[in-house]
Amino acid sequence: MTAPAYNFAYLDEQTKRMIRRAILKAVAIPGYQVPFASREMPMPYGWGTGGVQVTAAVLGPDDILKVIDQGADDTTNAVSIRKFFIKTAGVRTTTETCEATVIQTRHRVPETPLSEKQILVFQVPIPEPLRFLEPRETETRRMHALADYGLMHVKLYEDIAHYGHIATAYAYPVKVDGRYVMDPSPTPKFDNPKMDGCAALQLFGAGREKRIYAVPPHTSVVSLDFDDHPFEPYRLDGACVLCGADDSYLDEVITDDRGARMFVCSDTDFCAGRRSAASSAEGLDAERRRD
Amino acid sequence: MYVAAKGGERAIENAHRLLAHERRGDTSVPELSLAQIEGQMAFAVDRVMNEGSLYDRELAALAIKQARGDLIEAIFLLRAFRATLPRIGVSEPIESSAMTVRRRISAAFKDLPGGQVLGPTFDYTHRLLEPQSLDVVVEPALADADVASSPRVTDLLAADDLVEPSPRPEGNVPVGDLTQDPLEFPAGRDLRLQNLARGDEGFLLALGYSTQRGYGRNHPFAGEIRLGEVEVEFSPPELGFAVPLGRITVTECQMINQFRGTATEPPRFTRGYGLGFGHCERKVMAMALVDRALRARELEEEVKAPAQDEEFVLSHSDNVQATGFVEHLKLPHYVDFQAELGLVRSLRKRFQDAATGESVREAAE
Repeated sequence: MTAPAYNFAYLDEQTKRMIRRAILKAVAIPGYQVPFASREMPMPYGWGTGGVQVTAAVLGPDDILKVIDQGADDTTNAVSIRKFFIKTAGVRTTTETCEATVIQTRHRVPETPLSEKQILVFQVPIPEPLRFLEPRETETRRMHALADYGLMHVKLYEDIAHYGHIATAYAYPVKVDGRYVMDPSPTPKFDNPKMDGCAALQLFGAGREKRIYAVPPHTSVVSLDFDDHPFEPYRLDGACVLCGADDSYLDEVITDDRGARMFVCSDTDFCAGRRSAASSAEGLDAERRRD
Repeated sequence: MYVAAKGGERAIENAHRLLAHERRGDTSVPELSLAQIEGQMAFAVDRVMNEGSLYDRELAALAIKQARGDLIEAIFLLRAFRATLPRIGVSEPIESSAMTVRRRISAAFKDLPGGQVLGPTFDYTHRLLEPQSLDVVVEPALADADVASSPRVTDLLAADDLVEPSPRPEGNVPVGDLTQDPLEFPAGRDLRLQNLARGDEGFLLALGYSTQRGYGRNHPFAGEIRLGEVEVEFSPPELGFAVPLGRITVTECQMINQFRGTATEPPRFTRGYGLGFGHCERKVMAMALVDRALRARELEEEVKAPAQDEEFVLSHSDNVQATGFVEHLKLPHYVDFQAELGLVRSLRKRFQDAATGESVREAAE
């Protein structure tokens, strides 16, 4: 039995080159799903293997990595993936959005706007936005090739006919650079506008489905809608009980068995940043009063 | 002040400690050795090697022990290790007619060159629990080895053109490898067979069974099942000839299936093929049934049953992928669920507003 020895960031260099080629192609054709030979990773499929492979392929020794799940740095799977890269790559990690050069995320786009120096890596379960309308890959690839998105518009129209509005709350389909319809991963549709014209490179990795796609910096990402039924991002009407933010995406927390609820920022770094800014401002006020 | 708890580092560490503790079980009972698992849980080892697609009995035994006997978890451990191994090249095709046969049966012919060899099988045992029999050391009954070769039944039939010939490789086209290139549809038979060889035994068993019950029926006969050792050879490019690497145990199944012919093809039997590491008859028989079912398109048969549907079968056969995605539902989905809650609340409000509006109207009338 040979004791395994692993390369920087786990994957061997040949595999990384293969993934980087797929990423380059994805960047060249925004929103197009590039097939890649996804490897078995030491964490289960469906738990971020695509994102982990993309991160492993773009990560360098000087990078500073942030990993979030549901917007939070302290969710179990985010902790587990961060530890994986600490162990296999030894890179610096952070919870601060501004400080990170690579951010791997599941289900959220950070509230703090991103910069050109950052890469946002999404974990994607089902990369095909048309999958629930057409289960066959051969068919959906043809539809993308012909930009045949009629089926999607019919589905959205049927929603409006049934409910009076488009009844999709997350993984809301977008059109990238005016060409490919893309699944933004299961982020709440609140986050869709943040992807539009984003300064950071956005990479999407789907390990089990073996697809990589990308939104290059400053690329248009338009949520599908109709002229008379424009896209509306959903946000629960309320403010975070911890930091008071009334513009961030909120987690709903049940506090007792009598229906009491409270709402807190889903983005823990954003919330913590607002609270520390508030307390230092309070400190300044107090000093001024003493003077 | 209430602060939302979202798990964290210490919880994971403690969960791992607890898992390690429970894995060992009662410490007054001796710990299982890898040699014990390898020697006495041989079918479990074979299954893990097959679906883990790595021939290494010792690592498979280690994976089974580490996974506490959860074979899919063990398969996953082996696959993750395999993914990191460098590839030197592709071995020569194995020659199963040169196999050192330990078991060889044909359900199509009563006797045939090389004979029927029952070998170690559960087939004719009575399934009675016999705790006292487990401690007994049984010596096998020995006989002189049959020096006659055991040609493949399908080769015997092919001599009269009664069964389609074994397909020859097309020139120097390299054999596909779905672990190195993403699977695309339609997939060639090489990739389909690789997918089935790695596929979940239970899934293939159910699909094979469904063809027997009429969902894509292909009238199979177990032409031959053989178990034994074959030589693996490799031709290093700098040598230009094949050198033996060692011997592995494999099980091979050749199903013979009815075929009525087409406008251009005469009626003759067709083949379904199954091959796996170690002793794995159930797996290779199911694999052969599904392989034949997946050839429907090629043989101009109507594709109407799940087992004939290439995308359906090949996309769902991998239990490491399947278990990962099913079990990922354990991961938090707070933000999506919050969005769905908002949606359902708004739909309910609309529904209730409409209902109140209606009753107000009715009252007014």
